[in-house]
Amino acid sequence: MKLHEIAHGRAGDKGDISNISVIAYRPGDWPLIEAEVTAEKVAALFDRKVSVTRHVLPQLQALNFVITGALPGGVTRSLALDAHGKALAFAVLDMEIGARP
Amino acid sequence: MRTLRIGAGSGFSGDRIEPAVALAREGRLDYLVFECLAERTIALAQLARLADPAKGYDTRLEQRLRAVLPDCLHNGTRIVTNMGAANPLAAAERAAALAREMGLKLRVAAVLGDDVLDRIGPASLDETGAPAAALGARLVSANAYIGASGIAEALAAGADLVICGRASDPSLFLGPLLHEFGWAMDDWTRLGRGILVGHLLECSAQVSGGYYADPGLKDVPDLAAIGFPLAEVDESGNAVITKLPGTGGCVSRGTCIEQLLYEIHDPARYLQPDVVADFSQVTFEETGPDRVAVRGGAGHPRSGLLKVSVGCRDGWTGWGEISYAGPGAAARGRLAAEIVRTRLAAQGNALEEMRCDLIGLDAILPASAGPAAAEPREVRLRVAGCSPQREVAAALADEVEALYLCGPAGGGGVATGLREVIGIRSAFLPAEAVPVSVHCVEA
Repeated sequence: MKLHEIAHGRAGDKGDISNISVIAYRPGDWPLIEAEVTAEKVAALFDRKVSVTRHVLPQLQALNFVITGALPGGVTRSLALDAHGKALAFAVLDMEIGARP
Repeated sequence: MRTLRIGAGSGFSGDRIEPAVALAREGRLDYLVFECLAERTIALAQLARLADPAKGYDTRLEQRLRAVLPDCLHNGTRIVTNMGAANPLAAAERAAALAREMGLKLRVAAVLGDDVLDRIGPASLDETGAPAAALGARLVSANAYIGASGIAEALAAGADLVICGRASDPSLFLGPLLHEFGWAMDDWTRLGRGILVGHLLECSAQVSGGYYADPGLKDVPDLAAIGFPLAEVDESGNAVITKLPGTGGCVSRGTCIEQLLYEIHDPARYLQPDVVADFSQVTFEETGPDRVAVRGGAGHPRSGLLKVSVGCRDGWTGWGEISYAGPGAAARGRLAAEIVRTRLAAQGNALEEMRCDLIGLDAILPASAGPAAAEPREVRLRVAGCSPQREVAAALADEVEALYLCGPAGGGGVATGLREVIGIRSAFLPAEAVPVSVHCVEA
């Protein structure tokens, strides 16, 4: 299934760094999300070299990804249609993950 | 325990004004905060100030103040804002003049000191390691992110309206808390909690259901009439986030978590001028309809360094778009992109960077993020490129326009544009090098 079915999130930017949250709708899905949505899998979504740090907030059943190099040029110089990378949260939510046990 | 009511009147310069008017009128607020300054906005404002020394503040300052001042003064609600942008003093003078025009009595304070252009030269830029001075004539602005103490000082001086330039966004909310509750500047826990409240409110509707709806999964009632948030904050810095009854949107655990994690990087170390805020143990509890209790904010000693946004002229961006529809639309779009690339290469153009996107196919998500989409009924080709030279960037737009008669079949709806790019670099200065002062203007 897609991560989108069990989690929500938002992307923001600072310079060339994208910050993307992934938040479980239901506490029961949290272990699956924590296990499956790794820094490596998020890094693999990008068609350029990025470095990804994952922060885990178990009390909120949430992950926070800090992705350096995701937004070349940053918002002021970027030639991208979505210069802020706001849509990147949905690129992560599009990730295929294993079914609930 | 005493509780302070602080509302968010805007989360960016272009935000709606009606929800702020509703808060001013019916929010029973002690403070209404307008956050209107993005990273690049201040560099553009500096350019406006260079062109006219009386300008450089937010272009909607008058419109916003005209809409809320009578209610705020009537209800004893004090206003804090960064609408001063590159020229807080001119903004304060304009606000006082506006109040006089409206027959209102007002004490306005400008918080000064964030403009560090005169001493940024030797500081090295994070991006390049070179000193800012190496930018030469391209250097247009340098503004340090200052903290909340100047705002608290202005409030202590009796200001009804406090106008800052580049104060950090959450500091706009921390200032009133410092002033009202007398928190010490080394009470890291309370400072961290104040920053937490500010961070939750600083993007206005983002915590009250804006930028949240995903139909079927996250349904948000009446987005068209969304209400802006307010916080009820107690003396220990714990808070309830809520909004006015009868307004659209929602305040929930979900909206609060999304906003908590928005653009903060490491949740345990959210770097701010006054404190390193720690959101890693924060919890949210829904205590009633559109009421969420916030607990667990903390903080650590500040670094003593202030981040500086350095603005510089960074060349030109040109762009052009054209649409193709019907059978083979994507193939004709790709051919058109190839023609533009070939033409520009043949001219030996000096574009630093260029990209061609087929909107609807490959323009927004990273190419490897998922399987390629099915062929669409229509595409819009967008070509964008940048160059230090205006004419080179302009040539790109010309080539897209020429596709009308010289490109593939059936192209239509050309639009082109050219704009100067203001780049933003970062540097750091010791806080001692950035003294803050308050200047009061009476109306």
